[in-house]
Amino acid sequence: MYRFKYQKAASVAEAASLLDGAEDGVYLAGGMTLIPTLKARLASPTDVIDLGAIDGMADISVGDTVRIGALARHAEVAASAAVRGAIPALADLAGLIGDAHVRNRGTLGGSVANSDPAADYPAAVLALNAVVHTDRRTIAADDFFKGLFETALEPGEIVKSLAFQIPRRAGYAKFPNPASRYAIVGVMVADFGAEVRVGVTGAGACAFRSAELERALAGGLAAEALADVTIPYDGFNSDIHASAEYRGHLVAVMAQRAVAAAIG
Amino acid sequence: MSETGIGASVKRREDLRFITGAGRYTDDIDQPGQAYAVFLRSPHARAAIGSIDASAALQVPGVLAVYTGQDLAADGIGDLPCGWMVKSKDGSDMIQPPHPPIAVERVNYVGEPYGLVVAETLQAARDGAEAVAVDFDALPAVVDPASAMQGDQLYAQAPNNRCYDWELGDQAATDAAFARADHVTSLDIVNNRLIPNAMEPRAATGCFDAASGDYTLYTTSQNPHLARLVMAAFVQVAPESKLRVVSPDVGGGFGSKIFVYAEETAVTWAAGKLRRPVKWRAERAESFLADAHGRDHVTKAELALAADGEMLGLRVSTIANMGAYLSTFASSVPTYLYGTLLAGQYKTPAVYVGVQAVFTNTSPVDAYRGAGRPEATYVVERLVETAARELKMDPTALRRRNFIQPADFPYETPVALVYDTGDYEASLNRALEHVDYAGFAARRDAAQARGKRRGIGFSCYIEACGLAPSQVALSLGAGVGLFESAEVRVNVTGSVTVITGAHSHGQGHETTFAQIVSERLGIPFDSVEVAHGDTSRGDYGLGTYGSRSLAVGGSAIVKASDKIIAKGKKIVAHAFETTDEQIDFTEGVFAERDSNRSMTFGEVAFAAYVPANFPLDELEPGLSEKAFYDPGNFTYPAGAHVCEVEVDAETGVLEIVKFVAVDDFGHVINPMIVAGQVHGGLCQGIGQALCEHGVYDASGQLVTGSFLDYCMPRADDVPSFVVDTTVTPCTHNPLGVKGCGEAGAIGATAAVMNAVTDALGVKELAMPARSEVVWRALSAA
Ligand SMILES: Cc1cc2nc3c(=O)[nH]c(=O)nc-3n(C[C@H](O)[C@H](O)[C@H](O)COP(=O)(O)OP(=O)(O)OC[C@H]3O[C@@H](n4cnc5c(N)ncnc54)[C@H](O)[C@@H]3O)c2cc1C
Repeated sequence: MYRFKYQKAASVAEAASLLDGAEDGVYLAGGMTLIPTLKARLASPTDVIDLGAIDGMADISVGDTVRIGALARHAEVAASAAVRGAIPALADLAGLIGDAHVRNRGTLGGSVANSDPAADYPAAVLALNAVVHTDRRTIAADDFFKGLFETALEPGEIVKSLAFQIPRRAGYAKFPNPASRYAIVGVMVADFGAEVRVGVTGAGACAFRSAELERALAGGLAAEALADVTIPYDGFNSDIHASAEYRGHLVAVMAQRAVAAAIG
Repeated sequence: MSETGIGASVKRREDLRFITGAGRYTDDIDQPGQAYAVFLRSPHARAAIGSIDASAALQVPGVLAVYTGQDLAADGIGDLPCGWMVKSKDGSDMIQPPHPPIAVERVNYVGEPYGLVVAETLQAARDGAEAVAVDFDALPAVVDPASAMQGDQLYAQAPNNRCYDWELGDQAATDAAFARADHVTSLDIVNNRLIPNAMEPRAATGCFDAASGDYTLYTTSQNPHLARLVMAAFVQVAPESKLRVVSPDVGGGFGSKIFVYAEETAVTWAAGKLRRPVKWRAERAESFLADAHGRDHVTKAELALAADGEMLGLRVSTIANMGAYLSTFASSVPTYLYGTLLAGQYKTPAVYVGVQAVFTNTSPVDAYRGAGRPEATYVVERLVETAARELKMDPTALRRRNFIQPADFPYETPVALVYDTGDYEASLNRALEHVDYAGFAARRDAAQARGKRRGIGFSCYIEACGLAPSQVALSLGAGVGLFESAEVRVNVTGSVTVITGAHSHGQGHETTFAQIVSERLGIPFDSVEVAHGDTSRGDYGLGTYGSRSLAVGGSAIVKASDKIIAKGKKIVAHAFETTDEQIDFTEGVFAERDSNRSMTFGEVAFAAYVPANFPLDELEPGLSEKAFYDPGNFTYPAGAHVCEVEVDAETGVLEIVKFVAVDDFGHVINPMIVAGQVHGGLCQGIGQALCEHGVYDASGQLVTGSFLDYCMPRADDVPSFVVDTTVTPCTHNPLGVKGCGEAGAIGATAAVMNAVTDALGVKELAMPARSEVVWRALSAA
């Protein structure tokens, strides 16, 4: 680590102003990504502004949507009866992230703000057509993920919460990286009656919706509907764990499993 | 059997401190005034070092010194040696390129240290390291072992980048066997490079006492005396008499902590320079680069058989990757620990093996759990299983057809070993019962109905352990004897301190050795303490590797204990005014034959230190004995491992659904500890088969440099193991023991890959059998 100034914000506004006043500040949530980056000296912020003490930012409430505060830990989402009651697939997804230590520290806001290509939540954000509430505006899911570790967030913008739409049914299937346990591929399928949305993570530079899968499922969720779908894998991620071609194959298989999970 | 004696599953007494966080590891030990070292590591796989400008680094507050390879060389610090001379088949010596602890003119692998920064704090040392400016002139790297001999020449001394071209066995007889064979099975095998990853990273603190001129090194070593010897005799950091090496609690080694590395050398030297303690502890990312790696063979192997399955000959040609330099024992691993094991459990009359060791711009490769024997087992057992499939024989029947039989022992193999004893069918039979071999076909069909492909695979391994008979080792090029020492010190009050030259870094010696001594001397388990890991406490020792601690170190302890009994008899004989032949010793009591007079062990201990009217020219006071035990032969643990896997054809994900290991370790002192050793070894063997792989890209950068990419097996990757033992006692050591530390890692890999290839119906499959590899094999089938 390099030396930095650590400050704990009491409110969203204070956090924003602390960052504003810093030469090169960064927010800290669960720290599961930021702290290792700092320890490896891959980042050298002048100020680290901890969001952890901000009141109410970890709340979970269910109404027309499932609204989850940015500071909600993965373990809290996984264990939330309210989330499970409304969107079981979302609780399932949170329970599949990393390991127990990571789930007890990592947050929803940190995950989406980071836009790791292998993170799980982004698949849900897209499939469940979530709205990202920040301290400045609301951002639609489809406008949020922009690329590798890149989102629509402006410098200093804080994610306060996400509102996930409640589908008739949804399912998530993850093919974990055997080493890191991040997603090599993760697919969430959500059936809204009029529309089926499919969010895919792990395969590309950032999470995306799959036109092929959505088209195939337009007539309703049925495993057979995906029997002949092939996923174009041009431009997909490729590494020692999985080639682009294999990822393309896995997207199709995970989609089938997500459909099966949604049908139950 | 007593509750704490030989054969009892005594709970490990060391675990309380480990589990409660009270262990004392090298990094836990701080010295007053200690400074911190950070090593400058090459970002290039191969480069000439231009100028090194430390001026900015020396301006960083807290930085005390920046040292380069030149500084060590100027002080007469020598090269890190390789301790085993292997000769090529033309009689020439292996080529050993210079290996300065800190690189001087060139760097030859990513992570190689070319300097170190010492500072008041770790932070300052890191800041200083970043401020050092270096001009590297990058050169093309040689990375792939298979083509290394055609690559750019890395060292002037080593044409074709070849270290040696070694052979073993009768080539003409083997060729003749192939000429008359009905069937030849051949395989191309890559034994994947592994990165050891002990839980505790390596660490070292060098100390210098200006008053006495003595050095003390605290370090994570599996063999502190050997570290001292190498650092004194070869590297010349300090004379042996002026250097104490302490290896306290060590959190796993698996071979990687046998070797003498740059870092402990440099911090000890730097402590003398700066006249203050200098500490270093590896970051995990450093461990990936700077610990010696394991395996990395490319092999062509052929087995010649008669139509009825009789094995006639085995021919093996291997390229072994040494990495950029010869690490401490590297040369012995693909030769004397590999070629000699290629007979396996079989009566194959003719075996010939050629091994070419090559240099590449990768981290040095040396012994890793099993060291050579896993590679040999993999070759033999993949071949045998494949031959059975090709001959349409049951793989267990083919093995039985060729097993060395109990009546054949001692059995001399065509590759220079004499197996003392064994019963290979007994282990196989027991394993087949445990796995329910008869029920396999039904399990396969049931799996099929669930959409899964199920396969079964076997591995009947043998290893040569209990390293090593010094006479044999020395005649084969070892630079040191491989006996072990022990001291049994009976204290005045009758408690006993045992000092062993073996070293425990997870093996549980403090428990096992106490069981032996408590049983041998008939005293309570709790009165026996076991000490190790400090050159100032024990005379000498060769440390722990090659499953040697019990077979060799334990035998030395028995020998010293027997000397205690003999001395005790003399003391009692004196007290009873009789001769020591008249004294019997059983269960802690010295009794005069044909009389009712006796003395307890405690009374004898006290008498030894309160020597009333001892005849001093015949009987010395005190009760403390030393012994050195040099084994008459290797020991030959062997066993049968059976694995069943199920493959998800859609994704290629495979699951190990059954794993049975039946091992013959001779007599077992503590079955619970043995089971634990087997479990750990199996995990590593399975890890090699399914997920572990040290991968370099074409430029020589390590792709798998963290746990994000280097896949360690985890609890949910392995099944609940069934482990069992059969017993044929070793014929040549006093405990009848063979050693159990490496068996799991030696046997498991072939069993897994035999099961996977069975499930997929393919002949060959690359390790690790990642899901994509499996999926592609299925797609191609
Ligand atoms: C070993 C390991 C395994 C993991 N496995 C998985 C996995 O399987 N699946 C998965 O999805 N993830 C995984 N993760 C990631 C983890 O789940 C976290 O989601 C992730 O680290 C980010 O969340 P955090 O709360 O820790 O954010 P931090 O590390 O605190 O912050 C990450 C980034 O987001 C910014 N940030 C944080 N909160 C906000 C906010 N409210 N508004 C704006 N910016 C913000 C920070 O400034 C920082 O740049 C893993 C992490 C580890 C260490």
